[in-house]
Amino acid sequence: MLRVENITRDFGGLRVLDDVIFEIEEGTIYGIIGPNGAGKTTLFNIISGLLKPTGGRIIFNTIDITGLKPHAITAAGISRTFQNIRIFKEMTLLENVLVGMHRLFSYSAVSMLFELKKKRREEKELREKAYDILSIVRLSEKAGLKAESLSYGEQRKLELARALATEPKLILVDEPAAGMNPAETEELMGEIVRINSRKYTICLIEHDMKVVMGICRRIGVLNFGKFIAQGSPDEIKNNPLVIEAYLGRDETGA
Amino acid sequence: MFYQQLANALALGAVYSLFAIGFTLIFGVMEIITLAHGAVFMVGAFAGYTAATKFGLGIIPCLIISMAASGFIGFVLDLVAIRPLRKKKFHHLAPMIATIGCATIITSIYQGIFGAEAYRFPFDFVPNENYEFRGIQLTQLQLTIIFTSFILMIMMIFFLNKTKWGKAVRAVAENSRTGALLGIPVERVYQFTMIISSSFGGAAGVLTGLNFNTIHTFMGGPILHRGIAVIILGGMGDIRGAMAGGLILGFAEVLSVAYISSDFRDAVSFGLLFLILLIRPSGIFGKKIERKG
Repeated sequence: MLRVENITRDFGGLRVLDDVIFEIEEGTIYGIIGPNGAGKTTLFNIISGLLKPTGGRIIFNTIDITGLKPHAITAAGISRTFQNIRIFKEMTLLENVLVGMHRLFSYSAVSMLFELKKKRREEKELREKAYDILSIVRLSEKAGLKAESLSYGEQRKLELARALATEPKLILVDEPAAGMNPAETEELMGEIVRINSRKYTICLIEHDMKVVMGICRRIGVLNFGKFIAQGSPDEIKNNPLVIEAYLGRDETGA
Repeated sequence: MFYQQLANALALGAVYSLFAIGFTLIFGVMEIITLAHGAVFMVGAFAGYTAATKFGLGIIPCLIISMAASGFIGFVLDLVAIRPLRKKKFHHLAPMIATIGCATIITSIYQGIFGAEAYRFPFDFVPNENYEFRGIQLTQLQLTIIFTSFILMIMMIFFLNKTKWGKAVRAVAENSRTGALLGIPVERVYQFTMIISSSFGGAAGVLTGLNFNTIHTFMGGPILHRGIAVIILGGMGDIRGAMAGGLILGFAEVLSVAYISSDFRDAVSFGLLFLILLIRPSGIFGKKIERKG
């Protein structure tokens, strides 16, 4: 479904991503793990169009999406969440989801002028759909509240809901466990599995190996900008390169 | 007497609110202060005046023409002065300077055409009738001003909260990059914000011209200062704050004229604003400054 081919990215003289190659199959939960600073978020920024790669290609369902603008990539069917949550805090939960859905409708000047006359039915359908999306992450009861009133864990779920609203095929989830306690993390992983069971493919970044081992079917390991291993969770767990990346070469009692 | 002053203050404050609501929206969405908003106000007043005297139109068509003219000026301002700087990512100060330049150019052109004298709307443009509510005299003019201002402001609030474009504007105001990622056409939202905010400024120009029964090419300066005070008082970028701030300033001015002295009008009202800001530095509805991610 998503093929990352030889992606390289330099910042100044520093090579942050070095010839990254991997493929995500449709319907799976793919985990990308690696220590902090390994280049994980840079990789997401490139896939979602916020950064351009120095070299390489990204193929999504046989279409080359390398270097497209972020909204075009959203339109192609890839949405994402951020490590530092970026919901619209001044808006209600429902409005957050609606803004995500509006891409599906045109923003032409004419539509603006005639918006007031638009059939109520259409607006109602949109709202019902937004409720459905909120109920996937079990937030529909709070639909009318301002997003800033949510707990940290709930804000993450709302961001997931907004990502769902753009009708993606692939969702990139950036370090969902960051800043959450173990109970919240576990709950959120449950949500991600539930979302995945609704035919959404998910790619998850995480630096904490334990978080992803349980839910990912395949895992890629990024270290200093290079993909050092790929495979099932069990294979990754026992891979000497991975153990070295995480624990260091000299095990001085750490 | 006191209640009578309140009625006068309401008419004055409503227009300040109307002017400030667009001013603060531009700041909230585009993160710039456009110092041409006073000139836009003046253009709106003259467009309304021209429509009334040259074409003999009534107040509603005059308002519509004024809003169209000032909205167009807002669009041009964005196109020539703000957008090129936005593209180069000079976000805050450069557009402010650029809009000072534009304001000067616009004002000079109008002085070339209209000179420095004061103009008046035609006699009985708004019928000269009085209404009395429980001892308070309200002229039809005051009622018209209050009514028009509040209808426009309610329309703005409805637009921002209930429509798709309104939600897009609010989303961009909070985080333009996330908005862009979700497919909101951020550039068009900016243009649209300039147009609608400027048209509100223009409507305020017509209403001010009616209220004081005079319009002139320098009228943009004083309102600009008040507008800045109002949006800071209300909390930068906050629509409700701009409405409340405009009314507070209107009341402060009218009451200081009535009970102290007209010489001290600005000193008293701006002194009051300063006091409020000492207590609430981020404005009435302002939030603590929070960095956008």
